[in-house]
Amino acid sequence: MTDNLPQHTPAPQDEPIARTGMFGVTGTGDTSGYGRLVVRRAPQLDTPRPYGGYFDELVDGLGEDLVTRVVVDRGELTLHVARERLVEAMRKLRDDPALRFELSLGVSGVHYPEETGEELRAVYHLCSITHNRRVRVEVAAPDSDRHIPSTVSVYPTHDWHERETYDFFGIIFDGHPALTRIEMPDDWDGHPQRKDYPLGGIPVEYRGAEIPAPDQRRSYA
Amino acid sequence: MTSQTEETQAQAQASDATEGRVYDVAGQDWDAMVSTVLDADEERLVINMGPQHPSTHGVLRLVLTLDGETVTEARTVIGYLHTGIEKNMEFRTWTQGVTFVTRMDYLSPIFNETAYCLAVEKLLGITDRIPARAEAIRVMMMELTRISSHLMAIGTYGMELGATTPFLFGLREREMVLDVMEYITGLRMNMAYIRPGGVSVDLPAGAMDKVAELLKEMPKRIKDMRKILDANPVYTRRTKDIAYLDLTGCMALGITGPMLRAAGLPWDLRKSQPYCGYETYDFEVPTEESCDVYGRYLVRVAEMEESLKIIEQALERLAGPLKAGPVMIEDKKIGWPAQLALGPDGLGNSPNHIAHIMGSSMEALIHHFKLVTEGFRVPAGQVYASVESPRGELGAHVVSDGGTRPYRVHFRDPSFTNLQAVPATCEGGMIADVISAVASIDPVMGGVDR
Repeated sequence: MTDNLPQHTPAPQDEPIARTGMFGVTGTGDTSGYGRLVVRRAPQLDTPRPYGGYFDELVDGLGEDLVTRVVVDRGELTLHVARERLVEAMRKLRDDPALRFELSLGVSGVHYPEETGEELRAVYHLCSITHNRRVRVEVAAPDSDRHIPSTVSVYPTHDWHERETYDFFGIIFDGHPALTRIEMPDDWDGHPQRKDYPLGGIPVEYRGAEIPAPDQRRSYA
Repeated sequence: MTSQTEETQAQAQASDATEGRVYDVAGQDWDAMVSTVLDADEERLVINMGPQHPSTHGVLRLVLTLDGETVTEARTVIGYLHTGIEKNMEFRTWTQGVTFVTRMDYLSPIFNETAYCLAVEKLLGITDRIPARAEAIRVMMMELTRISSHLMAIGTYGMELGATTPFLFGLREREMVLDVMEYITGLRMNMAYIRPGGVSVDLPAGAMDKVAELLKEMPKRIKDMRKILDANPVYTRRTKDIAYLDLTGCMALGITGPMLRAAGLPWDLRKSQPYCGYETYDFEVPTEESCDVYGRYLVRVAEMEESLKIIEQALERLAGPLKAGPVMIEDKKIGWPAQLALGPDGLGNSPNHIAHIMGSSMEALIHHFKLVTEGFRVPAGQVYASVESPRGELGAHVVSDGGTRPYRVHFRDPSFTNLQAVPATCEGGMIADVISAVASIDPVMGGVDR
């Protein structure tokens, strides 16, 4: 299992197994070798001080009470913020002269089905042109209550980005001016980028005709 | 059929809605419609432009509310080219991801590949171990792509404003760049040339001469373009003071790239947060203060001239200090075991490598097989890597769970964000200026919808 790791990476710790095989398929008599792949769950990171570089100054400027967890990984700073305080934190990041993150590069969603209570994540990448710095803000919402406050009032550019994240992950951004689907058709069922949504095999209706899943189109028996 | 036509016409008749009397028309007798509307005193007209309109750059749909010829409301509808690239990538290896991202913004494929590869390399922690020759090739290819993309943007500007010559000029010159691309990578577009760890294949013999030839010819061609457009009264009247968007507007809407630089801010990631060794190249960041379509045009032309400077420097290095050397990381667990070579049956693994794995080393065969089919593992974590694409900041947010395929890849495509400026630049203007405003944003729908 370790034979395929790049030379420099440390051996994975004994974390619980997240999935086996290339695509999680079992019992198919798969002889490709994929069946023996094991992916272990990555440990949750929580970086202690000092964070290094401008990161300490940045967290001090924002106020530690706004941040629930700080992760410094591969030279990038990630601030985990509770969703109740997201708008406050974003406003401070934008307006505080010592922080001044004028430019937001939008919202990206990630779905971690194993992390109970914080399955859905909205990830914001901010850039300060004044100080030439970057920071990532991450907010979690449980799958049972998919609400995150909208930050369109702070960064108007989030309008389409939040619609996209809603479309693909089903995260409801409370207070968004018009939260509708943006990429998928308006009457689409489900949110395609979620991990419980299959890649193919969705029967699609086209002008009244239903197109079956690829594996059900023809019988090879 | 007849009864259906009648039915459609019946529907085209007026109906009462909450916002007043609504006339719905779709491809029938316009005379009848016009006469009905003329009788009414309402003058508000909602028209649908696209998604199949030649000047909307692919499948962009605009819903415009008009008062006479003035646009009072502009809404943008996207999603017609959504192909689920980000989802698909989660089911392929890290290396195969390149083949997907290159198809996103199809006018600047090399930038998509580079942004993605920089992110994967950051996740692997090998950013410092990319061979210098590979970096110089990446820079050269990116700047060539920037020129071809800007030529397309400027060419379509001209065509959409009613002049076909700039379009023909633009496409003809772009063809020169694409020929060089084809010579180096084998493909004109969607070339999947940049790979995690380096580039897929070294420059073929004669490539340097081709690029040098292009460098000699291109300045003249750009000058021709400038001659035909820079002071052309028809062109300037349709572009000056049109689609005004100042710095405040750009910042709020997250606009980057030539639009931002035409608002006066010299923000270019190649200068401010360099990657691939851009800090060692000598070039300027052109800006304009006019915040209008004409300013964006000037920025793009000036950027092409700067790109030529960068290509020249990259070429000098590739001919001098970086003349030979690997173009793929030495780490055998990441870099593919063989360079591509041209054989009698086309481009593929080199005959020597085939002889080695098939004839002399079983281990080499197993290694090759595993690396190509299963791919390499990437340690868990998330990174964001960005490059300055011809349209602005192109960012890749890549998450790994430690497996052999990406857990999540999100592209922050500049076209997607910049398109949000359509209402801000079009509302209150004339309908004819919508075309020029959208052209100056230069959206590529493949990148917008992904």
